[in-house]
Amino acid sequence: MDGEELTEQETALYDRQIRVWGADAQRRLSKSHILVCGMKGTVAEFCKNIVLAGVGSVTLVDDRIVTDESLSANFLILPHENHYNGKTLAEVCCDSLKEFNHMVHVAVETGDISTFGVEFFEKFDAVIISCCSLGKKKLINQKCRKLSKRVAFYTVECRGSCGEMFVDLLDYKYSKKKLEETIECQIEYPSFEEAISVPWRALPRRVSKLYFAMRVIEQFEDVEGRNPGETTIADLPGVLKLRKELCETNSLDESQIPDALLERLLTDTREFPPVCAIIGGILGQEVIKAISGKGDPLKNFFFFDAMDGKGLIEDISGPSTRS
Amino acid sequence: MASQEQLSAIKRAKVLMVGAGGIGCELLKTLALSGFQDIHIVARDAVLRFRPNISITPYHANVKESRFNVDFFKEFDVVLNGLDNLDARRHVNRLCLAADIPLVESGTTGFLGQVTVHLKGKTECYECQPKPAPKTYPVCTITSTPSKFVHCIVWAKDLLFAKLFGDKNQENDLNVRSSDTANSSEHSEDVFECRKDEDIERYGRRIYDHVFGHNIEVALSNEETWKNRNKPRPIYSKDVLPEEQTKENGNEEKGCAADDVSAMVSLSLKNPQDIWSLVENSRVFLEALRLFFLKREKDIGNLTFDKDDQLAVEFVTAAANIRASSFGIPLHSLFEAKGIAGNIVHAVATTNAIIAGLIVIEAIKVLQKDNNNYRMTYCLEHPSRKLLLMPVEPYEPNRSCYVCSETPLSLEVNTQRCKLRDFVEKIIKAKLGMNFPLIMQGASILYEVGEDLEEDMVVIYAANLEKALSELPSPVASGSVLTVEDLQQEFSCSINIKHREEFDEEKEPDGMLLSGWVEAPVDKDNNKPIGNDESTSNALPSMETLEGEKDDEIQETSEVVEAFSGKKRKLSEVSEVTAPDPSGPSSINQNKPEKLDIDDEDDELIISDDWESFTKKKKL
Repeated sequence: MDGEELTEQETALYDRQIRVWGADAQRRLSKSHILVCGMKGTVAEFCKNIVLAGVGSVTLVDDRIVTDESLSANFLILPHENHYNGKTLAEVCCDSLKEFNHMVHVAVETGDISTFGVEFFEKFDAVIISCCSLGKKKLINQKCRKLSKRVAFYTVECRGSCGEMFVDLLDYKYSKKKLEETIECQIEYPSFEEAISVPWRALPRRVSKLYFAMRVIEQFEDVEGRNPGETTIADLPGVLKLRKELCETNSLDESQIPDALLERLLTDTREFPPVCAIIGGILGQEVIKAISGKGDPLKNFFFFDAMDGKGLIEDISGPSTRS
Repeated sequence: MASQEQLSAIKRAKVLMVGAGGIGCELLKTLALSGFQDIHIVARDAVLRFRPNISITPYHANVKESRFNVDFFKEFDVVLNGLDNLDARRHVNRLCLAADIPLVESGTTGFLGQVTVHLKGKTECYECQPKPAPKTYPVCTITSTPSKFVHCIVWAKDLLFAKLFGDKNQENDLNVRSSDTANSSEHSEDVFECRKDEDIERYGRRIYDHVFGHNIEVALSNEETWKNRNKPRPIYSKDVLPEEQTKENGNEEKGCAADDVSAMVSLSLKNPQDIWSLVENSRVFLEALRLFFLKREKDIGNLTFDKDDQLAVEFVTAAANIRASSFGIPLHSLFEAKGIAGNIVHAVATTNAIIAGLIVIEAIKVLQKDNNNYRMTYCLEHPSRKLLLMPVEPYEPNRSCYVCSETPLSLEVNTQRCKLRDFVEKIIKAKLGMNFPLIMQGASILYEVGEDLEEDMVVIYAANLEKALSELPSPVASGSVLTVEDLQQEFSCSINIKHREEFDEEKEPDGMLLSGWVEAPVDKDNNKPIGNDESTSNALPSMETLEGEKDDEIQETSEVVEAFSGKKRKLSEVSEVTAPDPSGPSSINQNKPEKLDIDDEDDELIISDDWESFTKKKKL
C-alpha cells in the first residue's frame, strides 16, 4: 500500500464501500494497524469485517489452545481437528483471516500484552480487547492513553444473548458536512476506569440495566480472581450478594439489576452467533469510523439484548466529559 | 448460547434462503454457526463451499422459475429473503402467503438496514406497505430540458447508447423534439448509421456534431422552451478537438482482448475518480465509439448497458458529461457516473453482518412460534433516542392490501383506445408484479400465459393483445370486473373497470389510473416513462432511487422518526414477556417473566417506511 493513491486493484475491490465512505477514507483505512486481543466469536466477526474493509494490518493476540468449545461461535475455526490441533486461537484465526483479503497483513503476537511497554502500543491505531480481566483492561487502556498519538481503545464482551461494547477515543476531533457547510466536532472520552467509576446515582435515570449487570459480574470476577467468562450460574448467590453490596454503596435500588437478567447472563456463558454478528458488525463500523475520521463515533457504551432486540448507546461519563 | 428448547427447534428446522449476495453470505454463515442443519438456498449466483456436517442444498436458479411453486415452499418452516430486487421479493411474498409459511424479509443500503417478519393473517405482508417504484423522469426532461446530471446519464444510456449499440428495432426517443417536423424519421435513421466506406473517425465526429451540435441548435429554435430556462450551447467537435489532435489520439493498438478494450487505457486516463475536462470527455467519447466499432463490432446491435462493461461506462460517462457541459450542469467522474448509470447501491459488510444476525434471531422466534415477540428491526446510521438498533412491533395486515386482503382494485382507462397489450404490460406486470398472468372476465378468458396452451388459443390471445379493451371477444366496458391471476404465485385479484375519455399526458402518460393499489409517496420529479431500470440492488425495498445528487462525502442525515398516522398496531403486550413453554432453568424465557424495558415512549416510536427521508439531504 505504497503511495498516496489507491491502487486500481483496491478501487475495484472496494468499489461498493468506497461509495459509502469515499476514497479518502479508504486510503486511511489501508494505512491503519489494528491490535486485537481475545479471539472469541464476536472478535472473529469483527476481524472479518475490518479485513474485508481493507485495513493495513491486523495483529492477533490469544495464546489459548483451540478446543472444541472454541468452535462454538467462531467461524474462523473450521471443525477439522487437523486444522487446529495444538495451535493457539490466534494462529488458527490468523490463517483463516488471511484468506479473506490478500491485501491485508494479518499476524500473530504472543505473550501477555498487558505487560508490554507503551512503545508496543504505539504501532497501532486501534486496540480491541476481549476476554480480559478488569485489571488488564484498565492497564492496557492506560498505556494507550499515555501515547502522544491517539490509539483508539475498545472492549467487547458477549454473554449469551447480550453484548457490551466500550469505546475510548480520548480527545476526538473530526469534521462533517451538515447541509452545505463543514462543521468541526469534538468529543472527549473518559477512560474505561473513569467511566466505570462514575457513581451509579450520578448516571441518567434510564441507563440500561445491562450496564449495571455487567459491572456486577465484572467486579465479582475481579474480586474472586476468576478468568473472564468463567462465572456461571453456580455463582449466582455470590453474585447476588455482591449486587446487594454494590447497590447499597451506590444508593441504587436492587431492582435496577433484575435477578432474571443476572441469571440469564450467568447461564448463557457461551456466545450466541447472531449476537456475535451484530456486535462484531457494530464494532467494525465504529473502528472504521474512528480510523477514517468519517461519521459520528458512538460514545461510549453500546448494548444489545436479543431478548428485547434493542441496540442502544449509553453515555457513561463524568460531568467533565459528559456530552 | 441458545436454550435447549431453542436448540431443538433449530436442529429440526428446514430453512429456505432466497438470494446469496451480501446478506445471503453472512446469513448462511450465521445460520450454520447457530446450529441449523438443513438449509436450502435458491440463488441466481453461485456460492457455497462450507462446513460439511450441515446439509446445504443449493438451487442455482432464479426463484421465479415454476418449480419453486407453492408445494415447494410448503416444505419449509421459514423462508429468509436476501434479495436485491423488488420483483423477486413480491413474488416470494405471494408464494409464502399462498403456502402460509412465515417470511423474514431484509434489506441494506450503506449503513442502513432492516429486518421484517411476515406471517399470513397475523402481520402485514410484504406488500401491505407501499414500496416506491424506481425513479423515472419525464420524457421531455431527458430529451430536451435536462437540469440534473442524472438526466444526462439517462439520455446517454437509454437513448444514445441504445441507439448506437442496441437493438435497432427498438423505439427510441432520441429525435423527439418539441415541434420539429423538418426531419422525417427516415432521415434521422440515416444519421446514426455508419455509411459505407465512412472512416470511423469521421463517423464519430458526425455523431458528436449531430447530438451535441445540431440537435441542440434545433432545440434552441423553439423559443418557448427557453423562456424561463438557461439555454444550452451547441458544441461541435472541431471547436473542442481540432482535427489534428484526434489523429494523435490513442496509443497503438495494444494486443488486447476485446473484453479489455478501454478508452481510458488508450488515452492514458488513469484515475476513475478524476473529473475530465470537456476536451478529455470528448476524446473519450470518440475513442470509445471508435473502439466499439473496431474491436467489438459483433456486439453492436445487441448491447444493453451493463455497468460492468468498462467501455460502455466510459462512453456513457463521456456522453453524459458533454451534454451536461452543454446545459451548464456540473460534470462528474467516471466513478460517480458509473454509480448513477448502474444504479449501484453502496454496501458495507458490517451492515450485512448485523442484519444477518437479526434475521437469525427472528427466524428462531418464528420456529418457536413466539408470536408475541416478533419484531421489525431497523438498523440506523444515527441513533434515535439512544437506539442504533430499533425494534418495532409488526403491524396488523392492511385491510386494503390487494395482495393479502383480497381487496378489489379499480382501473380508469379509455376502453376504446387502450389495447390489451398495454393493460398487461403496464398494469398487470409492472404494477401488480404478476409474471404469468391469466385475465378473465366472468367465465371468459381474455388472455393467459402458459406452456401447454393449445395452438389456436395462443393465436387468439396474441390477437387479443392488439385489440382495444372494448373490442375484445368478451368486450370490456365501464362496470366490467376483470379477474387477474398468477397461477404460480397462487395470487388473484379483481379489477373494476371504469371508462374515462381523457388522460393528462404529463401526469398520466400511461393513459390509465389504478386505484386501491397502495401507491408509494411520489417525488415531485417522479413522473413517467424514460430511464426506468429495474434497480438491482441489495437495497431496502424502498431505496431504489438513483443517487443523482450524492457527493463523495457522507451526508449528514437528519434523524427522522415520524409518527405514521392511521396505522393500526398489533395488540402489544408491553409489560410482560410470557414464556411460550416454560422448560428447564436453561430456558431463555424464565418462569419468572422478566419485564421488558419498554418505555411508554416506545409506543410512539413508529418509523416511517419512507426511507428516502433517512437518506436524502434535507434542504431547509
